[in-house]
Amino acid sequence: MGILLHIGRYFILLREVLARPERPKLYWQRTLEEMDLLGVKSLGIVALLSVFMGAVITIQTSTNIDSAWIPAYVVGFTTRQSTILEFSPTIISLILAGKVGSNIAAEIGSMRVKEQIDALDIMGVNSAAYLILPKIVAAVLMNPFLVTISMFLSIFGGWMAGVGTGIISSEAFIEGIQWDFDPYTITYALIKTVVFAFIITTVSAYQGYYTKGGTREVGISSTRAVVYSDVVILIANYALTQLLLI
Amino acid sequence: MIEVKGLSKRFGDVQVLTDINAVFAKGQVNQIIGKSGSGKSVLAKCIVGLHVPEEGEVLYDGRSFHQLDKEAKRGVRQEIGMLFQSSALFDSLSVLENVLFPLRMFATMPPAEMRERAQLCLKRVNIEGKDHLFPSEISGGMQKRVGIARAIAMNPKYLFVDEPNSGLDPQTSIVIDRLIQELTEEYDMTTIVITHDMNSVMETGQNIVFINQGRMWWNGDRHELLNSDDEELNEFIFASEMMRQARRALAGR
Repeated sequence: MGILLHIGRYFILLREVLARPERPKLYWQRTLEEMDLLGVKSLGIVALLSVFMGAVITIQTSTNIDSAWIPAYVVGFTTRQSTILEFSPTIISLILAGKVGSNIAAEIGSMRVKEQIDALDIMGVNSAAYLILPKIVAAVLMNPFLVTISMFLSIFGGWMAGVGTGIISSEAFIEGIQWDFDPYTITYALIKTVVFAFIITTVSAYQGYYTKGGTREVGISSTRAVVYSDVVILIANYALTQLLLI
Repeated sequence: MIEVKGLSKRFGDVQVLTDINAVFAKGQVNQIIGKSGSGKSVLAKCIVGLHVPEEGEVLYDGRSFHQLDKEAKRGVRQEIGMLFQSSALFDSLSVLENVLFPLRMFATMPPAEMRERAQLCLKRVNIEGKDHLFPSEISGGMQKRVGIARAIAMNPKYLFVDEPNSGLDPQTSIVIDRLIQELTEEYDMTTIVITHDMNSVMETGQNIVFINQGRMWWNGDRHELLNSDDEELNEFIFASEMMRQARRALAGR
């Protein structure tokens, strides 16, 4: 099937998803459940990755800047900038595309092959909205929190690795993370995060919703959800960077 | 009453259904029978609106379903209960929550009354004390019964049942068949059962539509079915020794 057909069907699905909910209270309950599932339950992996990511950035920056002309605080500055501008919003979103995206596609895909989506449709429920909208809202609300936490933990991980291994003093690192700080970088990172959350949930839900066949096809949809979400995130990352930073 | 008029459906170049005309009466168990791949499931999906036919129409008490707008279609669908072949219970919801689902979505009664109604439906299908269990924790027969309870929760006018006996032992199959018949009479519903189980046909079939090669081949009740001289129909219904014996016994009477 041509890519244009997929794009067209994706937007038709989005129109269904964004229709007025039958029972807003029920949708809100589902949103809270999804916030727990997609957000709170991702906290562990996000925290772990962020601490190690920050540590690696600090060590690599420090070992690659081996010049007396460059002040020590540059290591802290580089860790902060890399984390806020790119690593936390983009890398964490790519990781979430793997964890959350595959979960969404597998869940909705299983419901499709087990006729549960047909059951919803026959009852007169807008199945696309009921299943997908709470996931979009949950991810769009939760991912900025996850990424903000990731930023703090990544910088903390960098500080631990830098100070712990003795490659930089605590004072120099802290001076670096405060140096020439532009709050707009946070705005830029959070805008990216919200867009990426929307991409992860909608692309993955699309893959799951149009699954045909059996359990093998659910697996294929799940894989596609991760691959396509990652590709779209990378393209969007480039477009947003050009749009918001230049 | 549900009427199907001149319904045709194709997928790509493959013509699956051609000019189907049938009437499914209220208050009785109507059955659509046919070999695997004959088009009976596609016909059922066209009737409930999961497939859009290229030609023809489906009338729900005179309302042409495929010509209704989105909201009106949703309204008709809220009058439909359906039991799927796989039961299609929601895995993440308990037995009680599954039955409560359509009520929470569409009913306007207070929550306590919804609960009461859901428990009444479960009791009606002989499921008691299993409210908190999940679909994976109950047997296939129980899943079917919970599926029926969910289907009747909204007091439907139309009940669709897809292969109710698949995967069930003969005894449980009879229990499910009889339950469907009792509920049809009790709720005065238009019930359509899609099946190729001849036991089920002989047990409850009041109006039988035989679909063959994508066409409506034969229509009658279970008594006429045994005496029909239609070759294709006989080939289908007398495929089993049990049915051949039934015919011999009938002929010898």
